[in-house]
Amino acid sequence: MEQVAKPNEMNIEIDNSAKISNGLLIGRRTIVYIILVFLAVMCILPFYILIVNCTRSNFSIQQGFSFTFGDYFGSNWSILFSDSNIPMARAILNSLFISTCTAVLTVYFSSLTAFAFHQYRFKFRTFLYTFMLLIMMVPTTISSLGLLTLCAQYGLMDSYIPLIIPAIASPITVFYMKQYLDSVMPKSLVEAARVDGAGELRIFHEIVLPVLKPAIAVQFIFSFVGSWNNYFFPALIIQSTSNKTIPLIVAGLQASDPTTFDLGKVYMLMTVAIIPLLIMYLILSKFIIKGVTLGSVKG
Amino acid sequence: MNKRMTINTRKKKMSYAKWGYILLVPFFVIFILFQLIPLLQTFKYSFYEYYSIGLQEIGPNWVGFANYVKIFQGSILKYAGNTLILWILCIIPQMTVSLLLAVWFTDIRLHLKGTWFFKTVIYMPNLVMAAAFGMLFQMLFAANGPVVDMLMDSGWITETFHIGQSVWGTRWVIALMNFLMWFGNTTILLMAGVMGIDTTVYEAATIDGSGAFKTFFHITMPLLMPIFIYVVITSLIGGVQLFDVAQIFTSGSGAVDGSSKTLMMYLYKLIGTSRNYGEAGAVSVVLFLLTATLSFIVFAFTQKSGKLSKKEKKIMKEIELKEASKNGTSC
Amino acid sequence: MQKKLLRLAVGVCTIFGLSSCNGTTSSATGTDVTEGAGEGKVLNIRCWNDEFQGRFRSYYPDYMSTDSDGNDLLRDGTKVVWTITANKDNAYQNALDVSLKANDTAADDSKVDMYLVEADYALKYVDSDYSLDVKADLGLTDNDLSQQYQYTKDIVTDSTGAQKGTTWQACPGLYAYRRDIAKEVLGTDDPAEVQAKLSTWDGFNAVAAAMKAKGYFMLSGYDDAYRPYSNNISAPLVNENDEIVIDQNIENWIDTTKEYTDKGYNNKTSLWDSQWSADQGPNGKVFGFFYSTWGINFTLEGNSLADANAEKALGNGLYGEYAVTEGPASYYWGGSWLCGAKGTDNSYLVKRIMQTMTCSRTVSKHLTLDTLDYTNNKVAMTEIAEDPTYGSDFLGGQNHIAMFAESADKIDMSNISSYDQGINEGIQTAFQDYFAGSVTKEKAWENFYTNIAEVYPNLKKAA
Repeated sequence: MEQVAKPNEMNIEIDNSAKISNGLLIGRRTIVYIILVFLAVMCILPFYILIVNCTRSNFSIQQGFSFTFGDYFGSNWSILFSDSNIPMARAILNSLFISTCTAVLTVYFSSLTAFAFHQYRFKFRTFLYTFMLLIMMVPTTISSLGLLTLCAQYGLMDSYIPLIIPAIASPITVFYMKQYLDSVMPKSLVEAARVDGAGELRIFHEIVLPVLKPAIAVQFIFSFVGSWNNYFFPALIIQSTSNKTIPLIVAGLQASDPTTFDLGKVYMLMTVAIIPLLIMYLILSKFIIKGVTLGSVKG
Repeated sequence: MNKRMTINTRKKKMSYAKWGYILLVPFFVIFILFQLIPLLQTFKYSFYEYYSIGLQEIGPNWVGFANYVKIFQGSILKYAGNTLILWILCIIPQMTVSLLLAVWFTDIRLHLKGTWFFKTVIYMPNLVMAAAFGMLFQMLFAANGPVVDMLMDSGWITETFHIGQSVWGTRWVIALMNFLMWFGNTTILLMAGVMGIDTTVYEAATIDGSGAFKTFFHITMPLLMPIFIYVVITSLIGGVQLFDVAQIFTSGSGAVDGSSKTLMMYLYKLIGTSRNYGEAGAVSVVLFLLTATLSFIVFAFTQKSGKLSKKEKKIMKEIELKEASKNGTSC
Repeated sequence: MQKKLLRLAVGVCTIFGLSSCNGTTSSATGTDVTEGAGEGKVLNIRCWNDEFQGRFRSYYPDYMSTDSDGNDLLRDGTKVVWTITANKDNAYQNALDVSLKANDTAADDSKVDMYLVEADYALKYVDSDYSLDVKADLGLTDNDLSQQYQYTKDIVTDSTGAQKGTTWQACPGLYAYRRDIAKEVLGTDDPAEVQAKLSTWDGFNAVAAAMKAKGYFMLSGYDDAYRPYSNNISAPLVNENDEIVIDQNIENWIDTTKEYTDKGYNNKTSLWDSQWSADQGPNGKVFGFFYSTWGINFTLEGNSLADANAEKALGNGLYGEYAVTEGPASYYWGGSWLCGAKGTDNSYLVKRIMQTMTCSRTVSKHLTLDTLDYTNNKVAMTEIAEDPTYGSDFLGGQNHIAMFAESADKIDMSNISSYDQGINEGIQTAFQDYFAGSVTKEKAWENFYTNIAEVYPNLKKAA
């Protein structure tokens, strides 16, 4: 008897508390939506202004701001692409090459290193890991000074090697991958594969990498974008025009030389420079969001 | 039989251990070549006098700590202070908003629509080159720009406002720009972390009558702590290196009285005209020590929370047991 | 995996590594000035914008065509390679310096042959071994150089008296004023009469007060009047002991500008910011701007239009409503000089280019007539100045060359130093805060010296 009565009482209790929490819920939802919309507007605004500006003439931009589109789009476009001093196509290819290589190397070797720390027990493991964390705390720009003089010494100036190869050692990415592995990767899977006779590298490629997919997608984008927009060190290393990357070209156009200053061209260049990134991001974002949403169900 | 197995497994463990070393080789080789040696080189230069006058190179001549004395007699403490202030102004809103967003996006109870749109949009500012960002905001906040116009129209200010002359105005705008560029990044990372938390824990908490706040502070945060630490530390490292945005927005001047000049801007200036590797090396060392100190502080602070999480884990276990018992007696 | 990586690295090296040496082994001399004997096949020119490139392509007679990579082809088959690096963050000079130091050992086709410099940092290169004496090393004669303005030669003369560079531009500075405002406030817009009122700083200040009374600004911003003051200092900014010497004229600029700001004679802008540009347009309330030749036809004209897309003619904004006058002090602003690089393998070609572009009366005259740029040839400029039919539509029919010709001869640039660039920028940046009222004068000087220590570590404050 009691057992029959209890469910009813419980139901009424749940109903009441459900109604109250429903009200609270709607209130919360409204606040959430307001904030989300506000943030979304703030995020889209820079893109909007960028596109507006690439349709205006240099003098119009110089004199101030405008929310409305101009009609200089065609003109800015042809000025930009017909300028033989700005190798647009070449620069985009250069940037694509460097960024892709960097992202791939970073992601691959960081996963490898993270796996090494995660899976194996060996002497100095803790020491090396802590050392790596210490390295992480050193801003890369600090070592850029020394790297610059070394490159000058060994004739690596104006080459892409100092821009791409160091990507293999990226402590921040390793840290992230390891954290991810720690919460996701069951050691039992690896052991089972070993029993099946698989070699370590094979295990890494066929079991660990797939598990790491969402983390890889996230870090690939971060690494790609970081490399694409990197200005500081490439500006010090790259010298010849044909080797320039997009940020260097943008900086070149921004030079405050009044006689050839054309802001319309600059904004057009910036807009064009973003398009490959946007496309890559929109393609990958589905994977990222899917991967992050599916997440990792424990056990 | 057992003894033999133990010997075998021990052998296997050892042979697997060597894989640990092998897989680490690429990372550490490249690291030593391209980061450790240059880093030591930079530190080495800090003890030498080494710069250029015009086309003539002076040095490298050993001067011991002279460079350090020089930069501390200069304005390095001021720039370090600026960097810290800008970092704090940015990180607090950034972490708060990112956490909120991460929780909201992953809270099923909220039934949010269109989250895919929002999730995609918040990361987009990160794609824009910092230079472009700086230029756009310079336009927005110019003396004859829309923001000043709006403020004047609504009566907030009576005469034209030059943001470059306002110490806190410039700082807040730089913090805002940095926030916009990076909060999408941190939200995604935190979301990944939140998704890793078992949803049954949340269900148990709801049944127990835990409200949103309680759930957040006592369950989400402790479980999220590893990723959260990662996010704070990486933001810290990035923040100390704040350069592009501040440089472009203030046209390299650091605004009025150099109040928004960061350590990186200072470093850049030293390398720029006079290729002053000596002083730049000294500044780099200071930058490194600053980063290391802040990181240790963060680590230390979060270790305490580590202990809390054990307590929370206990509570969670009780919740799980309760749930199990309820299931057992369901009608 | 690692083997793949090695292959990739090698591939990267091959494609993007240092360019391989495949230049012809022509004799690399700096003194061989016989007719193109043993000259290199590639002429490398370094600059920071495409201004000279445009002039070269239009006026150098041996220029034939440009290929798709942006390289030019000359009649004798020589290829001209332009390397343009922007001035931003000193990138142009940094790259140039590295190349100049390595010029002797570089491959012939990669050697820097010619490079451009601006007046503010010309002395850095001129006083070094990395620029060639245009007479002794390259073979220009006194006769060639006779028609050039003296100050353009002074700027690139080193401490031994040798001229190390040459330019096709003379950039005398003027004060460009609005005719409509002049008529309203001064009662006349005739350049000679306006000049009478502006010929001294006292006169200039008096007019400023008059402008204010009628609701106009005399100047747009803080830095507008800097050059007229800074060009007329009595000694170089840095003496032989590496001490910074702040001339009385600089102090005058600071005090006058502060007074102008406090009295509301200027609009508190900075050079090149958006309000400064807008002040030159139809909605601006500024009487005039200190400008130089390139500024009139590039910046002022564009900013003065109401509709940038419509035809540039009377009726479109302030087109035709500006005129120019000498102003209270003669000064110059801007200009690019050509220098021959030490170690070049094309010294004869370098000489020919310099001779044609900077010493020829005909080329200079054509340049000015076509582009309205003021060129470095006294004879040509005088011809145009005395031409009664010549006038600029933009300036309401005024023959501005005549105006410039008078002031160009008075310019005295014997007091430059190789630190001018950093010091000029440093002063303007530091004192912006003072004018706006955010810091005291002492603090501004403090900031200036701190800043200079970061840019030129060897300079000291004067005792």
